Amino acid sequence: MKQNLPSDASGGKNSKMHNTGVYLKQHWQLYLIFMLPAFLLTIIFRYVPMGGIAMAFMEYNPIRGIFGSEWVGLEHFKRFLSSPDFLRYLSNTLKLSVYGLLWGFPVPILLAFLLNRILSKKTKQKIQLVLYMPNFISVIVLCGIVRILLSPTGMLNSLLGTQTNFMTMPSAFRTIYIASGIWQGAGWASIIYTAALSNASKELKEAAVIDGANIFQQIKAVEWPAIKDTVLIQFIMSVGNIMSVGFEKAYALQTDLNLNTSEIISTYVYKKGLVGGDYGFSTAVGLFNTVINVVLLISMNQIVKRMNEGKGI
Amino acid sequence: MAETTPKKKKKSEFAKLPGGDKLLLTIGYILLGLFVVAIILPMVYIILASFIDPITLQNSGLTFDFSKWTTTAYERVLENAQIWVGFKNALIYSVLFTVISVVVTLLAAYPMSRADFKGKGFFNTIFVITMFFGGGLIPTYLLISSLGMLDTIWAILLPGAFSVWNMIIARTYYMGVPRDLQEAAEIDGATEMIYFFKILLPVCTPIIATISMWQFVGMWNSYFDAMIYLNDAAKQPLQLVLRSILIQNQPEPGMVSDMQSTAARAQMAELLKYATIIISSLPLLIMYPFFQKYFDNGIMAGAVKG
Repeated sequence: MKQNLPSDASGGKNSKMHNTGVYLKQHWQLYLIFMLPAFLLTIIFRYVPMGGIAMAFMEYNPIRGIFGSEWVGLEHFKRFLSSPDFLRYLSNTLKLSVYGLLWGFPVPILLAFLLNRILSKKTKQKIQLVLYMPNFISVIVLCGIVRILLSPTGMLNSLLGTQTNFMTMPSAFRTIYIASGIWQGAGWASIIYTAALSNASKELKEAAVIDGANIFQQIKAVEWPAIKDTVLIQFIMSVGNIMSVGFEKAYALQTDLNLNTSEIISTYVYKKGLVGGDYGFSTAVGLFNTVINVVLLISMNQIVKRMNEGKGI
Repeated sequence: MAETTPKKKKKSEFAKLPGGDKLLLTIGYILLGLFVVAIILPMVYIILASFIDPITLQNSGLTFDFSKWTTTAYERVLENAQIWVGFKNALIYSVLFTVISVVVTLLAAYPMSRADFKGKGFFNTIFVITMFFGGGLIPTYLLISSLGMLDTIWAILLPGAFSVWNMIIARTYYMGVPRDLQEAAEIDGATEMIYFFKILLPVCTPIIATISMWQFVGMWNSYFDAMIYLNDAAKQPLQLVLRSILIQNQPEPGMVSDMQSTAARAQMAELLKYATIIISSLPLLIMYPFFQKYFDNGIMAGAVKG
C-alpha cells in the first residue's frame, strides 16, 4: 500500500519550514477555495458574537456601543439570580427538557425494536412512511394543530365530552409540549436506531433463534450490542442540549395564561432583550444558560466515559 | 430459504414462536399500531374538518352530511395574496439557503477528510467549539444589525449556512470512498479541484441529497430568524404568515372582512386554520416519500463517526 503522499515524497529531506511552504504552494486550493468560505462564516457569525458576551458585564447602551458602555461587573447576574422569577424559569427549563428526555428518549428505541421485528418488508416501509411524516410538519403548523385539537370545542374535548381549555392551563403545558414532541419526532429519531439494527449480524440472530433464545435473550445478545454505542451517543448529545430546549415550539405554545410553566430561559431572553431592549441583562441570562449547558455536556461525557471503558465522544 | 418465503411461511414463523414471545410481540405490534393511529387520526380530522361549514363545525363537529360541506375556507386562503407571498419567499429562501449551505459544507468537508491536510486540528477545534458555545441571541442580533443585514435576505441565508454537524457527516462519507480512487487521480496528476468535482462528488450523491433535504426542510419550516430579522411583510416567509393565522389568531385582512357578525368572523377564522394547515403542509408531505430512500444512508453516515 502506498503510504507516502506527494508532499512528503517531494520534500522529505528539506527542513520542516520549507516542507510546509511546498505543501502550501501545492495545496493552496485546500485553504483558499475549500476552507475559506466556511472559515469566514464561522469567524463572522459565530466568533464575533462571542465578543459580544462582554455585554453581559455592561450596562449596554446601543448609542455608545460596546466600547463606550459602562462596565457593571456581575450586576446583571446578581439581578437575575436574586429575582423571584429566576428559580421558576430555571426549573421550567429543566423540567421541560429532563421530562422530555425521560419520556421521549426511549420511544424511538422501542419503535426501532418493533420495526425490526416486522417480517414483511412492505408493511415495514408503509409504517415507516407514516412514522416519519410528522417530522415534515413545521413547528408552527404542529402548534396550530395542537391548539385546534385542544381548544374547548376541539377533538379531544368532544371525545371527552368536556369543554376544557387546555392551552390556558399551566399544568397541561409540559404534557402538551412533550407529547406533541414525541408525536412529531419519535418516528424520525428511530431511523438512526433502525439503521444500526439493520447492521446487527443476521447469522448471529439466526443462531440465537436456533438455540431457542426468546426475544429478551435475543435483544440482550444480538440487538442491544448493535445499537448500544448509538444509544450512548444520542443520549450524551441530548443531555448536552438539555438547556437549549427549543425556543420555537415553547414560544408558539405559550399563551398569556400558561406562562407560569411555559416561560423558559430562552423565551425570557427573547422577551427581555429583543422585545424589551434590556440587552446587557438578557445577554447575561443567555450566557448563564450556555454555561450550564456546556458544564452538563462535559460532565455527562465524563460519566459515560467511565461507564463505557473510556469511550466517550 | 428465507428469501423466497411468501406470506404464508412468515405467518407460520410467528406461529412457531414460544408463547411468551407471541404475547410480547402481539403487545408490541398493538403499541406500534396505536402510535400509527395516533399520528394519522389528527391529520384525518383536520382534513375532514377543513371542508365543513364553520357554523356546523363549531356546533356539532364533524359530519358526513355532505350538504354541510364547503370549500370556502380553501378559496379564501388561496385567494389571499399574503399566503402566496409567503410561499414565494419560503421557496426562494429555502432554495438559496440549501445551495449556499450545501456548497460551503461540502467544500469544507473535503480538506477535513484528508489525512495529510495541515491545520486540520486547528480548524476542527474552531468548528467544534461552535457546536456547544456561542455568543447567544442578543450579540448575534446586534452583529446582524451592525452589518446592515436587518430586513435583508442575507440575515436569513448566511448566519446558519455552514453547518458543522453536516460537515462532519460529509467528511465521514468522503472518508468511506475507497482510497484507490484518490490515488489514481493523483497519479494522473489531477488537481484537488478535478478530483473533488469529477471523481469524489459524483459518488457522494446520497449524502448530498440527504444534507440538501435537511437544509431545505429546516429552512422551510423555521420561523425564528425571520421573526427577529425581517419586519417587512413583503419579505415574510410562509411560516410567519402561518404564525399570525394559526398562533396569533389574526387571519390576514380580507380573509374574513366580508363576514357580517363578529361571531361569524371568528368561526370563519377558525375554519381558515384547518385549510391553512392543509395547504401549507401539502408540498413537503407530497415531496418527502421521494426522498425516503436516502434517509437511512445519510443518517447512518452520520452515526458512524459519532
